[in-house]
Amino acid sequence: MNPVNYLYLAALLFTIGAAGVLIRRNAIVVFMCVELMLNACNLAFVTFSRMHGNLDGQIIAFFTMVVAAAEVVVGLAIIVSVFRARHSASVDDASLMKL
Amino acid sequence: MENLIALLVGVPLLGAAVLLCGGRRLDRTGHWLGTLLAAVSFFIGLALFADMLGKSADDRAMHQRLFTWIPVEGFQADIAFQLDQLSMTFVLLISGVGTLIHVYSIGYMEHDERRRRFFGYLNLFVAAMLLLVLADNYLLLYFGWEGVGLASYLLIGFWQHKPSAATAAKKAFLVNRVGDMGLSIAIMIMFTTFGTFAFGPVLASTGEASQGTLTAIGLMLLLAACGKSAQVPLQSWLGDAMEGPTPVSALIHAATMVTAGVYLIVRSADIFNAAPDAQLVVTVVGAVTLLFGAIVGCAKDDIKKALAGSTMSQIGYMILAAGLGPIGYVFAIMHLVTHGFFKAGLFLGAGSVMHGMNDEVDMRKYGGLRKYMPVTFVTFGLGYLAIIGFPGLSGFFSKDKIIEAAFAKGGTEGWILGSVTLLGAAITAYYMTRVMLMTFFGEKRWQNDENGEPPHPHESPRSMTIPMILLAVGSVAAGAYFEFAGFVEWLEPVTGYAHGHPPISAAAVTAATVAVMVIGVGLAYLQYGRRPVPVVAPRGSLLTRAARRDLLQDDFNHAVFVTGGTHVTRSLVYVDHTLVDGVVNGTAAAVGGLSGRLRKLQNGYARTYAVSMFGGTAVLIAATLLMRAV
Repeated sequence: MNPVNYLYLAALLFTIGAAGVLIRRNAIVVFMCVELMLNACNLAFVTFSRMHGNLDGQIIAFFTMVVAAAEVVVGLAIIVSVFRARHSASVDDASLMKL
Repeated sequence: MENLIALLVGVPLLGAAVLLCGGRRLDRTGHWLGTLLAAVSFFIGLALFADMLGKSADDRAMHQRLFTWIPVEGFQADIAFQLDQLSMTFVLLISGVGTLIHVYSIGYMEHDERRRRFFGYLNLFVAAMLLLVLADNYLLLYFGWEGVGLASYLLIGFWQHKPSAATAAKKAFLVNRVGDMGLSIAIMIMFTTFGTFAFGPVLASTGEASQGTLTAIGLMLLLAACGKSAQVPLQSWLGDAMEGPTPVSALIHAATMVTAGVYLIVRSADIFNAAPDAQLVVTVVGAVTLLFGAIVGCAKDDIKKALAGSTMSQIGYMILAAGLGPIGYVFAIMHLVTHGFFKAGLFLGAGSVMHGMNDEVDMRKYGGLRKYMPVTFVTFGLGYLAIIGFPGLSGFFSKDKIIEAAFAKGGTEGWILGSVTLLGAAITAYYMTRVMLMTFFGEKRWQNDENGEPPHPHESPRSMTIPMILLAVGSVAAGAYFEFAGFVEWLEPVTGYAHGHPPISAAAVTAATVAVMVIGVGLAYLQYGRRPVPVVAPRGSLLTRAARRDLLQDDFNHAVFVTGGTHVTRSLVYVDHTLVDGVVNGTAAAVGGLSGRLRKLQNGYARTYAVSMFGGTAVLIAATLLMRAV
């Protein structure tokens, strides 16, 4: 199968993720969309690795997974503590950084 | 003998230093020390004079160089003295009359607890004035010039507890600063033009400079002279300077200070000879001041201020004569010396009258004093006869010569200047007769002082009357002595002399001078001798009221310089606030407003930031791809 199709899929997933980040209000969903974008990137990296015939892309995909795992830990903790403080998981409610 | 010149200045300077630094332990002897040192200076002057007389006329100038003051490449300023016939005349006048005033002050200031300090200042005054006339370059002259300004400030404001005296001192100092500015600019022009400011080289090379430069130097020197000699337009300090003790007035008006301007112009004769325009301005200033002072003198009821107006007027005569060129220089100096005698005598007489009248200065509250103060009356009277130019007395010879020289100027100018001097002579006779009649004649108009004490007029102590008698002798004899002992020949090697030929004969000028004098005296007699003098001054005509206010000189200065200056500063402040501050504040406001708009972009919604991030990334990628494609 033509590896370019995997790139199309990665672009599609990334777009879905980006749209979700921009459109959805629920912090958990936004968070999941971010994960989707990260994994779209992983897919693209792995595809490139295959296309170029070396392992660089696969190594970077591992790095991304580690970073994503750390991000999930920190991100979920923040979302939970915001929810506890404000009884809401909406990102629009947490718009305090303005004058 | 040359080595003695520095001592002329050094001795009174030493006196000033000792008296001012010596402290209270000199309180009981300080006045004697000050007087002694002034007298020593006078006797050194006499010794040098005798030495000078023994030499031939062209060989009389002496020089002494002490040390180099400012040793800079291309800018050599020496502490060096020059004693020629002109300086010698001044030295004898300053130290001689100065010494007599010192003696007088011993009695006059007897009850003043700061007498030691007063004598220190007097010595400083004499030293500064001697330095001024002995300097052999303009820079050292300027040093003495400033010293005179300082000493006059200290002495006019000597009774500093009186606000009026403190103000008068400040006024004198400030007005003099204007003139000093002129002198410093003149010296700067001289240095750039001639590369030096020593008298010899500058005056010898006037031919090399352009007419315009010489006129500029001349006018700046005239400005300086106007400040020190109280000539229009810088005359306003002189009347207020009467706030000082009377001996100070005598010193300022007769021996020091006001004569400095005349000295400066006569000393710079070569510059003025080569700049006829500047000379013309000098004569105009002299003529205007001579009438100005005389008119002010007619209206003042304060005896010292009347005499101050008279000084202004007489100095006007000298400045006018100095502006006439070689036909006038000698007579300017001659009148200066005779004036030194009679004006010092008149002021000391006025001080003596005040001394006996509880320090009252208003002549309307005098009257009939001749029986109570015979010595003062006679000496003052002789000074009076001298100043109005009574035939045979000193003022007659010197003033008559100036009037003659004014006519000899020639043309319309000559007639105008001559008439002005004649008119001035008539007014002089008028106001001096008025002073005389109001003070010594008529009925008593004495007033009790603020404690209810009636005045007890009495003759002053001998320390005061002896100087007055000596000055009276000078007032009587100086003119005739100069006339017959050859004053013209004495000064001619320094100032040059050209005999003027008036369009009318000299005898006619003399007759006219005597005639206008008689008219002036007669008018004053009709007004103040025949009729009783009112104690409260009548309202008077418009001119009288203006003259009482010094012909509105202060109002003029206030309107033009004070108000004008205030307006200038206010408008500058306005420009500063609107324009300069406006630019600064405007920039700040623009930045602030812009950031206020930009701030709205920060709305706190995570999605807005995410969009901008995505948008930015998209733009970057698009740009990268575009660059690739190109």
